[in-house]
Amino acid sequence: MSDQEPEVASEEVAPTGPEPSPQQHFRSRFGGISGGLAPVITTIIAFLMGGLVVLLTGKNPWHVYKAVFKGTGLNWFFHVGNHHARIPFSAHKMWFPWDTASVAAGNLQQTLLLTTPIILTALALAFAFRCGLFNIGGQGQYIAGTIFAVWLGTSFVHLNPLLHVVLCLVAGTLAGAAWAGIAGILKATVGAHEVVSTIMLNWIAYWVGSYLFGEGGPLQGSQAFIPISNDIADGAKLPVFWGSALLQGLSIGIFIAVAILFVYWILINRTTLGFEVRAVGFNPEAARYGGVSVARNYFLAMAISGGFAGLAGALDITGWEYHIGESDIQASTIGFTGLAAALLGRNTALGVGLASLLFGALINGTSGRQLDPSIFRPDLAGNLTTIIQGLVILFVGLNLGGIGLWLKKRRKPA
Amino acid sequence: MTAIAARVGGIRWTDAKTVGIAGIAIGALAFWLALPPLASRTAVLPILLGILAIAAGIWTWSREQHRIGGGAVAAGVLGIAFGVLATRSSQAHLDTVVVWSALLAATLRYATPLTFAAIGGLFCERSGVINVALEGMLLTGAFFGIWGAIWAHGWAPGWEWVIGLIAASLAGMAMAAVHAFWAIHLKVDQIISGTAINFLALGITGYIFIDKYGDSGTPGNVADYGIPDVHLHFLSNWYFVGPILGQLNLMIWLSFALLVGTYVFVFRTPYGLRLRSVGEHPRAADTVGISVYKIRYMAVIASGAIAAMGGAYLSLGFVHSFNENMTSGTGFIGLAALVFGKWRPFPTWCATLLFGFSSALSDRLPDAYGNQWGTLFNSLPYVLTIVAVAGVIGRSIGPAAAGRPYEKQ
Repeated sequence: MSDQEPEVASEEVAPTGPEPSPQQHFRSRFGGISGGLAPVITTIIAFLMGGLVVLLTGKNPWHVYKAVFKGTGLNWFFHVGNHHARIPFSAHKMWFPWDTASVAAGNLQQTLLLTTPIILTALALAFAFRCGLFNIGGQGQYIAGTIFAVWLGTSFVHLNPLLHVVLCLVAGTLAGAAWAGIAGILKATVGAHEVVSTIMLNWIAYWVGSYLFGEGGPLQGSQAFIPISNDIADGAKLPVFWGSALLQGLSIGIFIAVAILFVYWILINRTTLGFEVRAVGFNPEAARYGGVSVARNYFLAMAISGGFAGLAGALDITGWEYHIGESDIQASTIGFTGLAAALLGRNTALGVGLASLLFGALINGTSGRQLDPSIFRPDLAGNLTTIIQGLVILFVGLNLGGIGLWLKKRRKPA
Repeated sequence: MTAIAARVGGIRWTDAKTVGIAGIAIGALAFWLALPPLASRTAVLPILLGILAIAAGIWTWSREQHRIGGGAVAAGVLGIAFGVLATRSSQAHLDTVVVWSALLAATLRYATPLTFAAIGGLFCERSGVINVALEGMLLTGAFFGIWGAIWAHGWAPGWEWVIGLIAASLAGMAMAAVHAFWAIHLKVDQIISGTAINFLALGITGYIFIDKYGDSGTPGNVADYGIPDVHLHFLSNWYFVGPILGQLNLMIWLSFALLVGTYVFVFRTPYGLRLRSVGEHPRAADTVGISVYKIRYMAVIASGAIAAMGGAYLSLGFVHSFNENMTSGTGFIGLAALVFGKWRPFPTWCATLLFGFSSALSDRLPDAYGNQWGTLFNSLPYVLTIVAVAGVIGRSIGPAAAGRPYEKQ
């Protein structure tokens, strides 16, 4: 069975000798918290280059970005006044500095709804990164979460509402964990590279989801010829605390996501599990020598990160989508946006939260719903968002010091 | 002739390898017998043959030929499953779906972009640079191929597709050059830069497509000047072979040439040896005077050009139009084929044929069995690749130095 040893074992005798292991590369690039400066510079560069693209199409980037910003609803915070707001879940009103019923407020609700799953898919990436694993399968785990949330949400119609919504969220989380766990087990037992297996799992989830909700699929709704599931039962919906549930108001899902950010911070920094995960991520050989089971941590890190992504899917279903269609599954790129947010946020809880807000706002602001077509075509803007995400991923991994070193070397060839 | 006869006579029929290969063949036969034209209607036959294949597989496995043994067991299991399913279907349904000549021609059409993507990936990964950006390079080629052809339509009649192919490969090389610079010089994690390339390709092609062609899409007359089909008239009357090979697209024939060329280059020339040595043990290669960086740059950029050609075939030779994200996973299936084929040209090609066959079948399944089964069937290549990396049919291990930036000393 010697050829069944995990791949890490072969890294011991890797021919490259003194070079750092991939895990150490991860660590030096993503683990180190070298302040928030580099991500900010990256974001500015990406937006400047995006502006250049807009300029090439003959539009004024300043106007376009201003319109996008307006669409995000983040301008809501700038309009302070004397307003009254309804206290959520009650009939009472209280004084509030912002107008909770303005257009900007509605836009902000959309931004925060989009931020919620990005936070969680980003955490899915971040947690695995900390263990030295690249969980590129956030997309598939997200789909697994949505499938189970829809399935359980449309069944058991007469269940106690609290029980029902909790059931949906837990099932979505476990589905994501199981889906990522497959890759974790393969990594831990036979050393299969998690990037290859999670990419494959993404596409399996994509096609299985398309099959389930597609025409004639087992989870297709009662309307014939429309490849969309039924709506989940009212009891399985998360309470909406801001705006109207009929108009995609903001559900309490955003609080769950923020709470999970804290859970992530505690898990990574204040628990034995987090310590072991980081130890394996830092140097699996040293961790093994120190008595940490590398295989066990590979599996746990994948399963937990999959759980985050699965919860993202379940929150989307129970929070505002309520149903899902074949085309939703095929068009979703939330797992990859999470990748950009995790990299930009440098795998820290605070960074991930801010980066997710940035991307949530960007996606909402450039959507056809928010952007005025007379200023900039929304479908162009959607592609601009993709380009900006790509540029962020491209530049954020750069060790800025490394470039300087390289330029120096070029000037003075050794 | 005598030499061939001697070789056939020289096969040791009790050799574990031979028995295993026979097992795979018997497993395939179990399925094939239940399909038209023979279409045996009894479930006993596939089950018996499948069990025979599994037995042969286990026998082979127990004699240390794990890969072939596992393959025979898998072939047996699949043969039983699909064979029994086929005998349960109505004859009419089977006749609708299984038209062998059309199915095999479609297999070649679907396999060709995968072959280009996978061979591109082979060059890149053999040199020690992981390439998850194949999808993006394919998409880039698909867009710039058709863009170049449309652009050339006014001033280069008859040569549009050539200019399209050149534009596609240049664009693919540009994308690959970014990946190469990031992976080789800047030493960024190669999966991250690859993912970034995928994002950029998706955004850039979508952006220019909308900006240039707007809502009306690419012109409808692209089919008139797309990559031409090769009409082999002398084949047209041949039974079975004619309908398959008679009018394939030029790119399909080019993919065969590419395959042979790649095999010869990578495994039979000193340049190929250098390429592989850089991917397996860059320090040793450096020590004997091979420039690791130069070889890696050339390999990555070549991979961009080759993958982009596959994309150009997709847009310019197959569907004759472009849509946002039209590759939708083709590049990833190419990557899967590369892993499945263990980074070797001919096994990789077999994998692309297998995946192409499953695409062709999933295309035809809806005609008889309704939409949903075709959809589900699309996941088969990915499931098989998971099984492959899990080691059931022999472990897939890539080039040793893949994913590691090389640090000069």
